[in-house]
Amino acid sequence: MVNAIDVTLIEEIVRQRLDEILPQKIEEKLAQMKANKTPSMSIIATKGTLDWAYPPFILSSTAAAMGWNVSIFFTFYGLQLLKKDISGLKISPLGNPGMPMKMPFGPDWFKRIDWNIPNLVQAAIPGFESFATALMRQTIKRKGVVDIAELRSLCLEAGVNMIGCQMTVDLFGFTREDFIPEVKEYCGAATFLPMAREADVTLFI
Amino acid sequence: MMNFDKDLDARGLNCPLPILRAKKALSEMQSGQVLRILTTDVGSVKDFQAFCKQTGNELLSHSEADREFTFLMKRK
Repeated sequence: MVNAIDVTLIEEIVRQRLDEILPQKIEEKLAQMKANKTPSMSIIATKGTLDWAYPPFILSSTAAAMGWNVSIFFTFYGLQLLKKDISGLKISPLGNPGMPMKMPFGPDWFKRIDWNIPNLVQAAIPGFESFATALMRQTIKRKGVVDIAELRSLCLEAGVNMIGCQMTVDLFGFTREDFIPEVKEYCGAATFLPMAREADVTLFI
Repeated sequence: MMNFDKDLDARGLNCPLPILRAKKALSEMQSGQVLRILTTDVGSVKDFQAFCKQTGNELLSHSEADREFTFLMKRK
């Protein structure tokens, strides 16, 4: 016959045993779940110039190549990166003191000079931005860096999810026909944020 | 020099192209086959080590000669 004292004793023993075993078991289980989870990344892309086009696409294509799940949310000027034809992305050195201004041609000592042209001069010369863009494209080509349109195709091929921000599509008077058909969906912040929450890496570019 | 089943010349290409081309080449290979990759990208040494760690493909060897890097990678 089991009396009240035995039950209390058994409960106490069980409780003590659980206190000993559980922390380790939980840790093992969590580690196992973490190891089995597919890494994921979500990127918010807000810029539309040639220099800012590279980071989201390079990071996404590389992550996808390593088997990660990747989503990019394109908003504001990032929408330029979703346009059908992105061979015309530009770059502006104006007010961009971080941009090295080096010539991509000529002898090595010449290529190393950073011309550092002041803003006032840049703004005064018509066509300066087009000139800078052309030189940047040449630099990219000469260094064997992939061209943006090809990089985007590689991303899509690797299964990167490209998502458009519906609000800014409307804001700038764009329509879905302006963008590549491979865009997975158009949504708003409330839909995107839960996706970002689940991701291991979230970046704002 | 070890035998390899497929050759990938990624010389003259910079990040992330060597990785992306390698991934594509590997996807067309059978498990256990070996891919040889040639690059000139200085960052590719670390990139390929990380790539193998993340994807489970095995980096059998890597060497450098004359600013060219050679990798032998076994598809998992």
